[in-house]
Amino acid sequence: MATIWVASRKGLFRFDGDGQGWAVAGPPAFLAAPVTAILDDPRDGALYVGLAHGHFGCKFHRSLDRGKSWTELLAPSFPQGDEADAPAVEMIWCLAPGGRDEPGALWAGTLPGGLFRSDDRGESWHLCRGLWDRPERERWFGAGYDHPGIHSILVDPRDSAHLIVGVSVGGLWISRDRGQSWQVGGQGFSAAYMPPDQAADLVMQDPHLIAASPADPDRIWCQHHCGIYVSDDGGERFCESRGVIPSSFGFAVAPHPTDRNRAWFVPAEKDEARIPLNGRFVVTETRDGGASFRSHTQGLPQGPCYDLVYRHALAIDATGTRLAMGSTTGNLWVSGDSGQSWQHLTAHLPPIAALTFAP
Amino acid sequence: MAIVRFTSTLTRHRDAPDLSAPGPTVRAVLDAALADDALLKSYVLDEQGRVRKHVNIFADGVMIADRVTLSDPVAPTSEIYVLQALSGG
Repeated sequence: MATIWVASRKGLFRFDGDGQGWAVAGPPAFLAAPVTAILDDPRDGALYVGLAHGHFGCKFHRSLDRGKSWTELLAPSFPQGDEADAPAVEMIWCLAPGGRDEPGALWAGTLPGGLFRSDDRGESWHLCRGLWDRPERERWFGAGYDHPGIHSILVDPRDSAHLIVGVSVGGLWISRDRGQSWQVGGQGFSAAYMPPDQAADLVMQDPHLIAASPADPDRIWCQHHCGIYVSDDGGERFCESRGVIPSSFGFAVAPHPTDRNRAWFVPAEKDEARIPLNGRFVVTETRDGGASFRSHTQGLPQGPCYDLVYRHALAIDATGTRLAMGSTTGNLWVSGDSGQSWQHLTAHLPPIAALTFAP
Repeated sequence: MAIVRFTSTLTRHRDAPDLSAPGPTVRAVLDAALADDALLKSYVLDEQGRVRKHVNIFADGVMIADRVTLSDPVAPTSEIYVLQALSGG
């Protein structure tokens, strides 16, 4: 049986598939609460979610029985500061497991842009000062939210001390010592929203999502605000994929688990619109490392539609055959043939922030 | 001792019975009342000790003026209400 966890504006939903079809499995957890991040830890089966209550702030919950029950733990928080505008965590934007050799280790990326580490399955957290204290952080700025935030955390499966994080807006950052020191990567990115002479400034880049090919952790994909980029050196340098039809704007990217040259994207009309181009909803796929793309439309709405897929709302399973995606208008689709055709599961979910397959 | 009461919308998420604690200010009362419940405290105040943006606190029927240091004075007979703002939903 396969499971998809769907983190929505009004709770956490579970869908189970038995090979014949998919069905919602029971009532949602955290009904009416915005679920902003979900991690199904492949190392030990623990589940973690971040919530962003409209009134009561950012919260963090853990389940050790596959979602039957949840325990609230203290969410990541910034150290107390004297200044009147000292930061407070508004939202957990992403959660990532530490390496296989780091049982219980977790990473969290937040708004404002903090990187937090837990070594005890979320019982306690500490701010990664190595990144927070970088002087360049003063130049980060918000995009879509009032504050800059960290939405992508990659842990190299070959070396748990090797990290890559993505900041909107603040660029792509690389650490080789478990977060103590950092260097900015992303050479080749270009920011059309900046004055022309600053378009190549690495700290001014807006990578919407950064993902590594499991088959080759040095193959890094980036759905950037201004295009699709591919790296073959662990995120130091990128090449842009040009001429992507219908659009190279989007938020999500899902690399194939075993083929380093394959990845899927969900394009949208750029920037000021953020809706499907001409109302036609498509998924694009590259099979040649970003040199060319094909569009998949079967099972997807081709009449006027307004769905947008957020950066964490496109997922692929460990076999590379199943994909799932959820939209801001509460539509949920799955594919059982590597994205060539899609089945519409429901149009009645709340806006979807993130989803993931159970490992 | 001052009494602290919580909105029922908060009790959907955490146990939040009426509490009582001594202190000359809203800060002192809340710190004392919530000293053993960091999770409940995190629903009312952020990690900098400020009242959360979409939470309101009333002391004896008056919305507190100091949402940053919570210096509004209270008496031993005061009632402090922690409420959900209408914004932030």
